[in-house]
Amino acid sequence: MKIACIIKQVPDAEARIKAAGGAVDLEGVTFVIDGMDEYGVEQALRLREGGLDAEIFVLALGPKRFEEAIRTALAMGADRAIHLEGDMALDPISQAKILAQVIQKEGAELVFVGGKEADWDSAALGAALAEALGWAFSDWTTEMGVEGSSLTLTHDTDDGSETLSFNLPAVISTQQGLNEPRYPTLPNIMKAKRKPVDKVNLSELASAGKTQVLKQEIQSKERRHTILTGDAQEAASKLVQLLRQEAKVI
Amino acid sequence: MILVVAEQQAGNLRKSSYELLSAAQNLSQNLSLPVAALVIGGASSEQAAKTLSQHVVTVYHVTSTDLENFRSDSHTSIVSQIAKDKGASIILLSASRAGLAYAPRVAMRLDAPLLEDVTGLNVQDGKISATRLSYLSRVTETVEALSLPVVISVKPNIFPVFEGQVAGTVENVEVALSNTDLRVKVGQKSSAATGRVALEEASIVVTGGRGVGSAEGFAKLVEPLADSLNAGVGATRAVVDAGWRPYAEQVGQTGKSVAPNLYVALAVSGAVQHLSGMNRSKHIVAINKDADAPIFKVCDYGIVGDVNEVVPALRSALAALD
Repeated sequence: MKIACIIKQVPDAEARIKAAGGAVDLEGVTFVIDGMDEYGVEQALRLREGGLDAEIFVLALGPKRFEEAIRTALAMGADRAIHLEGDMALDPISQAKILAQVIQKEGAELVFVGGKEADWDSAALGAALAEALGWAFSDWTTEMGVEGSSLTLTHDTDDGSETLSFNLPAVISTQQGLNEPRYPTLPNIMKAKRKPVDKVNLSELASAGKTQVLKQEIQSKERRHTILTGDAQEAASKLVQLLRQEAKVI
Repeated sequence: MILVVAEQQAGNLRKSSYELLSAAQNLSQNLSLPVAALVIGGASSEQAAKTLSQHVVTVYHVTSTDLENFRSDSHTSIVSQIAKDKGASIILLSASRAGLAYAPRVAMRLDAPLLEDVTGLNVQDGKISATRLSYLSRVTETVEALSLPVVISVKPNIFPVFEGQVAGTVENVEVALSNTDLRVKVGQKSSAATGRVALEEASIVVTGGRGVGSAEGFAKLVEPLADSLNAGVGATRAVVDAGWRPYAEQVGQTGKSVAPNLYVALAVSGAVQHLSGMNRSKHIVAINKDADAPIFKVCDYGIVGDVNEVVPALRSALAALD
């Protein structure tokens, strides 16, 4: 079976994000593979280590800098990568259409996608990809088992969690708790440098996007920053008084 | 037409449905488009449809025993078909977990743009744009839909609850479901229900961080304070990873995103991933013994102190009210 792991490269969570002239400025930011995508790579590797006969490839759509994240996924243990390289910022719906073509051409039957992207705060790609492929979908997946062509999963819902079962082919979006991704070892980092990465020019695949970002600004909300002092009793009484009279929330 | 896809559970409309009606009302006035609503579900959904018809002139109702469970497959088919048949140019739905799962699929099926998890909507020269958060909620971006129809998922707890009243009607609509629509078998559900108000719908949330010390510390400090305030209970990732609380209570990047009227953070340090799930809260209270904790940078009221001392004091101060 072929398994595709979709990955993105995103700013490190601790990186300082700036905006200038109505757009996010990523100059000087440290980038990492999206943590939610690592769960997908790890899960694919564990399925194989559990006895599933699988080829695991990484599929990434994004600018040249994504190469580093691709190498991380290869160092974790994926076999090869396809990089649809380009600078255009395409919305998840448009991205899914392109990714679906590649997945179909490759003949993959199982696709992992990060549950929520740490740059666009979007959870749309997995669902859009399932729709473009016409495949079954599980979102916010925290457990999964494969037996032949049937999958059994647990996923988070609005009210808690539930189990799902369906047959391959399928798109699985990840959630924290699915597994604990491994750190690449030094020998595997070295080995990853020799693994094949197919480059495809994104502009040959992409058409116009469906949305356009008009403006980006650092989100700021004026806060009062009133720090209450005194002993616990005093501070607590003051707080309750402020919440009632100033904020009017209790 | 603006199509609002309501959410219901056991015949009760979720609060987000009323928020969607507020969002729809604004767009309706700007674009001179009528609003219709859609209720999907099993037998009990009829009650939700009836309730909704007191607020919207036209309510479409699709019901079947196959719809007792939410499936993104069947929701995608029903919403797409009603949107096409009834000529919807804007489809509004909640950015709940369920909504996030089928909104992109409806957009794909209708070849429509998706505005995801939006916090505001604007119309200019007939063009629809939305504000939303990105980069772990550190950035606000304005995104324009380049064509119609457009699918919009609306972040819960941002828009006001719609209070308008009308005498509307419920129209039952048949939608044939295929085997594909029902291919996902839904098994056991484990409810996070605790008898408390749901985290996403709570107007007050009390969250505990690692600094509460243990599962017992959490139960002793966070839960009683939440109960005194009739609040929902939240937890940080560290607390969930330690096994003290279930994932369902996690607030942050990989957990829930909340925007209550009041957010009380107890012994929460305030990592970026946590802030991304709560920094839209209208008022934030932080109690932490570390004066340098990042949570104090986003708070309205802060107490630098030990939660073991401050929380009991806070509860007695609350009990003394009225």
